[in-house]
Amino acid sequence: MIDLKMNRRGLMKGAAAVGVGLSAPQFFVRGANAFTNEPTGSSVTLGFNVPQTGPYADEGADELRAYELAVEHLNGGGDGGMLATFSSKTLEGNGIFGKKVEYVTGDTQTKSDAARASARSMIEKDGAVMITGGSSSGVAVAVQALCQEAGVIFMAGLTHSNDTTGKDRKANGFRHFFNSYMSGAALAPVLSKAYGTDRKAYHLTADYNWGYTTEQAVRESTEAMGWETVNAVKTPLTQTDFSSYIAPVLQSGADVLVLNHYGGNMVNSLTNAVQFGLRAAQANGKNFEIVVPLYSRLMARGAGSNVAGIYGSTNWHWSLQDEASKAFVKSFGTKYGFPPSQAAHTCYVQTLLYADAVNRAGSFNPCAVGEALEGFEFDGLGNGPTLYRAEDHQCFKDVLVVRGKENPENEFDLLEVVEVTPVSQVMYSPDHPQMGGAEATLGTCNPGA
Amino acid sequence: MEVYIQQMVNGLDKGSAYALIALGLTLIFGTLGVVNFAHGALFMIGAFCAVTLSRILTFSHEVVDETRTDFLGNPLKVDVPYIYDIFGEATGSVIIDWAVPLSILFAIPVMIAIGVIMERGLIRHFYKRAHADQILVTFGLAIVLQEIIKYFYGANPIQTPMPDAFEGVFDIGAIIGFGTGEILYPYWRLIYFGFAMVIVAAVFAFLQFTTFGMVVRAGMADRETVGLLGIDIDKRFTLMFGIAAAVAGLAGVMYAPIVSPNYHMGMDFLVLSFVVVVVGGMGSLPGAVLAGFLLGILESLASLQEVVALVPGINQVIIYLVAIIILLTRPRGLMGRKGVMED
Amino acid sequence: MLGLNKKDFLLLLIVTMLTMLAPFVLNPFPEGSALAQFNAGYPDLMQRFVIFGIFAIGFNILFGLTGYLSFGHAAFLGVGSYAAIWMMKLLTMNVIPAIIVAVVVAGLFSVVVGFISLRRSGIYFSILTLAFAMMSYQLAYSVLTPITGGETGLQPKVNDPRLLDSALVDGATPTANLFGLSMRSSYELEIGSWLFTFNAGYYVAAVVMLLSFYLAIRIFRSPFGMMLRAVKSNQNRMKYTGLNPKPYTLAAFVISGMYAGLAGGLMVAMDSQVGPERMFWTASGEVVLMTILGGVGTLIGPVLGAGAIKYMENIISKINTEILHSWFSFLPDGLEDLIVNLTYPFIGKGWHLTLGIVFMLVVIFLPGGLVEGAQRIAGLIRRKDKSGGMPPASAKAEPAE
Repeated sequence: MIDLKMNRRGLMKGAAAVGVGLSAPQFFVRGANAFTNEPTGSSVTLGFNVPQTGPYADEGADELRAYELAVEHLNGGGDGGMLATFSSKTLEGNGIFGKKVEYVTGDTQTKSDAARASARSMIEKDGAVMITGGSSSGVAVAVQALCQEAGVIFMAGLTHSNDTTGKDRKANGFRHFFNSYMSGAALAPVLSKAYGTDRKAYHLTADYNWGYTTEQAVRESTEAMGWETVNAVKTPLTQTDFSSYIAPVLQSGADVLVLNHYGGNMVNSLTNAVQFGLRAAQANGKNFEIVVPLYSRLMARGAGSNVAGIYGSTNWHWSLQDEASKAFVKSFGTKYGFPPSQAAHTCYVQTLLYADAVNRAGSFNPCAVGEALEGFEFDGLGNGPTLYRAEDHQCFKDVLVVRGKENPENEFDLLEVVEVTPVSQVMYSPDHPQMGGAEATLGTCNPGA
Repeated sequence: MEVYIQQMVNGLDKGSAYALIALGLTLIFGTLGVVNFAHGALFMIGAFCAVTLSRILTFSHEVVDETRTDFLGNPLKVDVPYIYDIFGEATGSVIIDWAVPLSILFAIPVMIAIGVIMERGLIRHFYKRAHADQILVTFGLAIVLQEIIKYFYGANPIQTPMPDAFEGVFDIGAIIGFGTGEILYPYWRLIYFGFAMVIVAAVFAFLQFTTFGMVVRAGMADRETVGLLGIDIDKRFTLMFGIAAAVAGLAGVMYAPIVSPNYHMGMDFLVLSFVVVVVGGMGSLPGAVLAGFLLGILESLASLQEVVALVPGINQVIIYLVAIIILLTRPRGLMGRKGVMED
Repeated sequence: MLGLNKKDFLLLLIVTMLTMLAPFVLNPFPEGSALAQFNAGYPDLMQRFVIFGIFAIGFNILFGLTGYLSFGHAAFLGVGSYAAIWMMKLLTMNVIPAIIVAVVVAGLFSVVVGFISLRRSGIYFSILTLAFAMMSYQLAYSVLTPITGGETGLQPKVNDPRLLDSALVDGATPTANLFGLSMRSSYELEIGSWLFTFNAGYYVAAVVMLLSFYLAIRIFRSPFGMMLRAVKSNQNRMKYTGLNPKPYTLAAFVISGMYAGLAGGLMVAMDSQVGPERMFWTASGEVVLMTILGGVGTLIGPVLGAGAIKYMENIISKINTEILHSWFSFLPDGLEDLIVNLTYPFIGKGWHLTLGIVFMLVVIFLPGGLVEGAQRIAGLIRRKDKSGGMPPASAKAEPAE
């Protein structure tokens, strides 16, 4: 694994390194690989890099369950899950490209440094040929950049910020999860139908990149519907009590509160908003409403009955009734005893998509795999017909608009799907200003050797 | 004007939490001379006492309901709490509803026990050790405690609702002469503030008016002399540690409905409460309480839109900025004594 | 030799040998064996060992010698990192300017923070440094996003200006290098079933670490170091003899801030990415833990502590149930499951728990840190030998607090 950078100086150094190798003939020197970590044996190693400690540890645990399930299915175990419903039929339960799938796991700690360290150890020590996972956009962007440099494929886990496939997109990185723009575009029509076009919105936004892109997306699409944004306030990420941000909302003349928060932030800000009586309040002669652009069922549990009736969007939900979703819920539920989360779903799907792309490309070479994924159209993985767009490596599919259930049947039954927004409504051009504009570029794929 | 009053009121509940944690920290530091980095974890365990009690109360057996189905299409198993069987559904649901206030009774013995075990088993071996060692060992303990909680309760926040009776908001504005709906404050936060005041008063009264408290105060001032007088100061200090743990725990119990408990909430509060203690002045109980409320209210005011527009990012750094200014103008914090923790 | 006494020179020599032969030392188990899980000889972790070693050595110059406990040292590491990445974006991907600027910027920042914070002592000093670091973190995460990249941090991009570098060949990614030698490039040597990786970046970092270690020894043994110890033992007496301790402490603070900046710059050089969580208080706490775990005030202790913590973070956290099952598969099924279930809480996602327990055990039983542990073992051996002999290199270090 001699790192041969294809520039003048790098080439010379690489030659020098090979020279050293030749001068030590008694040792076998590895380095003849065509790309980073080319699997030469009978197995292939994937790296599952998920948060195991820190605030997103439970989502990470669910992602890991999905990966283990995917590996089981790829190797021909279990009931095969979505392998049977997937429109591409190259996966036959004999591993990937005939090689048995093995995996290593690591802890991102939801910190970019730790995530990169863990990913590097998978690449350098365990010979992983693909890295996947993660539960936040900061980590996704950091690990994606690393995989680009190291020459392996990165299949993003849960990451919702526009930047991952926007201004920070990379040729070696792929995202199945939806993004802020799509949430905004899908939510706006539903919101205007439910609450009217004459609304005054107040945004509370987590003060970091994901918050900014989500606020911008929701703002632009609701304003296009005729809403007015009276105020947008940034809240510190480490905030746990949002009372001082919630209290001024009612005096502001707004009649809708948009909470651009995720995870613990969302649980606490929503709970606080309900405690301050916002749900019951009247403003401008209308009922006061709250919107949560990105829902996570795992997190919604933390907010309990407070989510009832509140609109949001989600990438996938276990109550979907298409064959693929049913098959996935069945095999996940049978194995673990509870339904999968959207994080688990996207990770499972990403693993299958990667495996299928390798089979179709006939190689583990990241460039070949990337080419197989680019422009790939598929169905039968729970989101309906989906396109992996070549220009930015973002999946385009229908977006689910959901609402918190008033009377949940059981502890998992927290959200109900109110509308499936067709993909045409959430489509945008690759050089959309929210996506980094014309400057954003994938670069070229890096096979690492 | 209304917005400023609103934000000051908003600062009260957070200030209460800061004050109670800082009070416990200062009690431990003042009496035992130990810097307790596990104090945030005690606050967190308190909050999880509330979670645990509501789990115990809703401890259920399964009844299969053939008319409904679960997510896999099998007949739904409905959980019926045992407490319904004992008291009937009506009384049972009221008891479950009141889980958080009931947890106070549950938490006091639990927290005192944890505190006493901590002091007897670990802390007392560190009285003579360097502060750095105390910090490290209690920090290690804090990690262990929070990982144990995470092992049993997961990493996601767990909703712990207040009793229905306390839901809703109190219209302060209408009472003090502003328009209705101008200054609102949820009942539960008001209760939290009142609860914190009662605890602070109780701790001060206990130290001021009981013989026990007198001995402890004497011990805080001069431990050796009190020991020479033949008073068993160690036993009293052990109990003092238990009380400090209980204060942190109760702060956590009542805070659970405000912020859904998760395993790392202790660490979130730890650093801030240390800043509070130091701003108040190491070893000064009134200083800790005063600084707690001061920083809570300032934090609230700094989050006002007008203020943030004037100084971008001020809401992110206000506590630290105030700490720096106070420490530079008042060398030992607001009410600290000379020579404490300065070497 | 090199201005060192015999013992110090021996210590330096041993450390040099260990760092240079690290690819062998850290990879004792053959590839593919069950124990290969415990191998640490891959570039990323080796780089982290030496980088955090530098960080801890620098921290120890302040804390170990003067006794001032800074709880905000990660801020200097973070500022150094940001400075380095900007050099890479604007000037060149060569690591030399990045590292130099990282040290300079971190030094300047520590002059400001130190000048203010050193007006107080004891815990008041600790809280002041903590406040500065947390302010840096919070601002980097939010308001300063245009400079710091916020949560997603900064990485070199293909279309950055890079004034000194020639344009990238189409398809190439900017790679940190030393006059063309990529920090990523490795040479792999296979002997039997053993695999050893020699990474260019690691050796660059290791050489820098050795230089910093040498400098630290010189500081410890210099009159200046003596002054710093005087600050720790009795500031008043120092003042009565007509010496003003302030300039000495400030100098120590700035030196250790520059060490932190150096570590930050090297981190960027090895892995060109910065994120604000590098400055969070837990990162500052980590270097305190490293120093105390290894042995405060000793020369080699902080390096050992840094190694121990990074090893746990990177190795223990990667063990999962599958691996556990494969280890204990020779046992009968019931027993295997039992042992796996008993071990499981401590590995993988439970590595924090193991870390916490190790801290507690070390502090309770080895107040002088790992160095004291080594001394005790050495003492036991010596008693057996009954001959005085020369004490092992690590044992000659300063007594811990």
